[in-house]
Amino acid sequence: MSMAMQHDRPGMLAARAALLSVEGLRVGAGRFSAVDGVSFDIAPGEILALVGESGSGKTATGRAILGLLPPGLERQAGAIRLEGEDLARVPPARLRELRGGAIGMVFQEPMVSLNPAMTIGAQLGEALALHSSLGKEAQRAACIAMLKRVQITDPEGCLRAYPHEFSGGMRQRIMLAAVMLPKPRLLIADEPTTALDNLAQAEVLDLMVELAHENGTAVLLVTHNLGLVARYADRALVMQRGRVVEEGPARQVLSAPRHDYTRLLVSAMPQRLPRPPRPQGEVLLEARGLTVDYPGRSRLFRRLPGKRAVKGVDLEIRRGETVALVGGSGSGKTTLGRAMLRLVQPSGGQLLFRGKDVTAGSTGAARDFRLACQIVFQDPYSSLDPRQRVGEIVAEPLRHEAGMDAAARAARVAETFRAVGLPGMDRRFPHQLSGGQRQRVAIARAIVRRPALVVADEPVSALDMTVQKQILALVRQLQEERGFACLFISHDLGAVAEVADRVLVMQDGAIVEQGCRDAIFDAPRHPYTRALLDATPRLAP
Amino acid sequence: MRLRMNAAIGGTLMALVTGTAITSAFWTPENPLRIAMRARLNAPSAAHWLGTDEVGRDVVSRLMAGAGTSCLVAALTVLAAVVLGSLIGLVSGFARGWVDRVLMLVNDALLAFPGILLALGLLAVLGASQWGIVAALGLAYTPTVARIVRGAVLSIREREFVEASRSIGNSALYTMWRHVLPGTVSPLTVLATSLFGWAILAESALSFLGLGVPPPAPTWGNMLAAARPYLESAIWLGVAPGACIALTLLGVNLLGDALRDHLDPRSRPQ
Repeated sequence: MSMAMQHDRPGMLAARAALLSVEGLRVGAGRFSAVDGVSFDIAPGEILALVGESGSGKTATGRAILGLLPPGLERQAGAIRLEGEDLARVPPARLRELRGGAIGMVFQEPMVSLNPAMTIGAQLGEALALHSSLGKEAQRAACIAMLKRVQITDPEGCLRAYPHEFSGGMRQRIMLAAVMLPKPRLLIADEPTTALDNLAQAEVLDLMVELAHENGTAVLLVTHNLGLVARYADRALVMQRGRVVEEGPARQVLSAPRHDYTRLLVSAMPQRLPRPPRPQGEVLLEARGLTVDYPGRSRLFRRLPGKRAVKGVDLEIRRGETVALVGGSGSGKTTLGRAMLRLVQPSGGQLLFRGKDVTAGSTGAARDFRLACQIVFQDPYSSLDPRQRVGEIVAEPLRHEAGMDAAARAARVAETFRAVGLPGMDRRFPHQLSGGQRQRVAIARAIVRRPALVVADEPVSALDMTVQKQILALVRQLQEERGFACLFISHDLGAVAEVADRVLVMQDGAIVEQGCRDAIFDAPRHPYTRALLDATPRLAP
Repeated sequence: MRLRMNAAIGGTLMALVTGTAITSAFWTPENPLRIAMRARLNAPSAAHWLGTDEVGRDVVSRLMAGAGTSCLVAALTVLAAVVLGSLIGLVSGFARGWVDRVLMLVNDALLAFPGILLALGLLAVLGASQWGIVAALGLAYTPTVARIVRGAVLSIREREFVEASRSIGNSALYTMWRHVLPGTVSPLTVLATSLFGWAILAESALSFLGLGVPPPAPTWGNMLAAARPYLESAIWLGVAPGACIALTLLGVNLLGDALRDHLDPRSRPQ
């Protein structure tokens, strides 16, 4: 720790008696250690960010504090003191008392961290009944007040509702309410918003920080996203391969990183570099008044009303350009992307590929269209068949390439593997590759047939920041070499700023604003665009 | 550790049974069909390890030959049920809509009957013979297979790699064959092992009721049935085939459990 730190606010906080103090923590299984000699303090009311990528040991560190390590991993050495009490040595009964009482935890996945079979009221009441001596009525009042505080409309109805009735962002706010009800002194938030879009992320985190300040709760924010560190944290701890490589006030760590790894992380933050305007090519794919309806689910005696996911969208993609389609969850952007490739059958409107109608049927033009347009999916774990070698996966689209013999196919596959930076990896199975490598395989499958258009549906949102940077760079480079157009679908304007020529903003099934990238970023006109831009995590405040 | 032990026991038992079944096609200690009226109901001895039956046939030889018949009938039954059931399940799960509804309506109606009752009814029409049993039991087990396969198909078809296959221009048929079908193999393997056990048991039960493989061909079931009047005077006649059935079922179940654990990565120890 440097002397300079004593002069600013976070430094002052750290100088006071620590709320939580971790010393020489080592977590591992046998000789393997996931966390190797980590020490840090959190002062009361301080917000400390634990930053790192997958496998850095940040999650294991957070979980070790509560003694909630996954089976196999164990705490091998080190002390964890909460106000002087060593959590590693207290009896299990005392630890249970502390969990949820003095220390609260918010998990990553809002879909699974609330019990789907219990009403919200029952789940909120559970924590209060365990950790306070309030009567039934007082508990109920406290729950309602807290739900109001996290901006749930109709809190009384909410108490009787089940988790599935809420969106991901609302569920995470309810989770936050449940955790904050017993007024914990420390809140551990493990990637609390990674599963949410940027708008919901900003909502949830703003609330979390406000609540923490109101109650004097300290927060340990475990995240891979430096933008969140910049916006919310007082101090930051950067972890790499189980060790702390840099520690200091958040501003300082981000603006003047000392360690190479921190510099790498900082440089991986998306940047909007100048892009020369590209000459207007001919129109490749055009949608006119495209509409997609989802039929309602049939229940026992009635059919629930359907949903119009895409409401008469006009859009054109020109040769070689990158068009970004942005919007929050549920805006219909994924459905529109699928409908543009006819993976979802549009219920109205027209689709023109090189000027020919390909909206329906399987005529020659429609078949050309199918072969010339490819897609890269968001989740590289489920988009590759686990039983095929990646070489077979990439070769599969060539089945439909007329006049290619086996040797030509093998040469094309090998060439494509080199192009995506995976030379000689074709004998592996998907589970033997990392997330980034899998996404490279998915990209290889999309470009192996030399397509005219690639639809990329959130291609980087499941990846670490440094990997994300590499994949975006790969997409851009391949595009320059091969000249295919790209429809880039994303909720993250940061990634969009890196790759897009033009941006379309989608809200509620309709396009509300469109324009060239710099115009959208510098002079947004629609309030929804402005909200999206505000919610985008970035380094500079 | 316990798991490996179970797998080893199950594997040994099944190897023994199938080994015996195959051997019996070429060699048995004596001709299982040769009648020796002067050596009726002999107790176990050096010449006849498990004694002789009510018409003087060697019980060991008949047990071996019975293993052959029982395993053959069970294996063919499983094959018939798996092929037919997979086809129905695959079509039903992939086509969805009214095709699915009609197929599953018939399927569920059949499932509502106990398998053995359905087989009894079918056998009354088809007549008691080895092929009749295969057809009847095969049909009786088809709905179960169809249900399992349909469930697996419904979950696999929603995975993104299936959509990816469509997006590169593959036909629905090819996608089904190349990407969906392989995913049903592991639940099917597990089901097939337990079906094999059920089929042996059902064949024995049908033979016991006189609707099985007709005499003089030996099966464990009709040996058990024939032994009934002599249980007080010649207990080995009933105990021997009964023990064979029990040990085979034990082997099949242990092997099935081990296979399930092996094929399902979630149940593997950390």
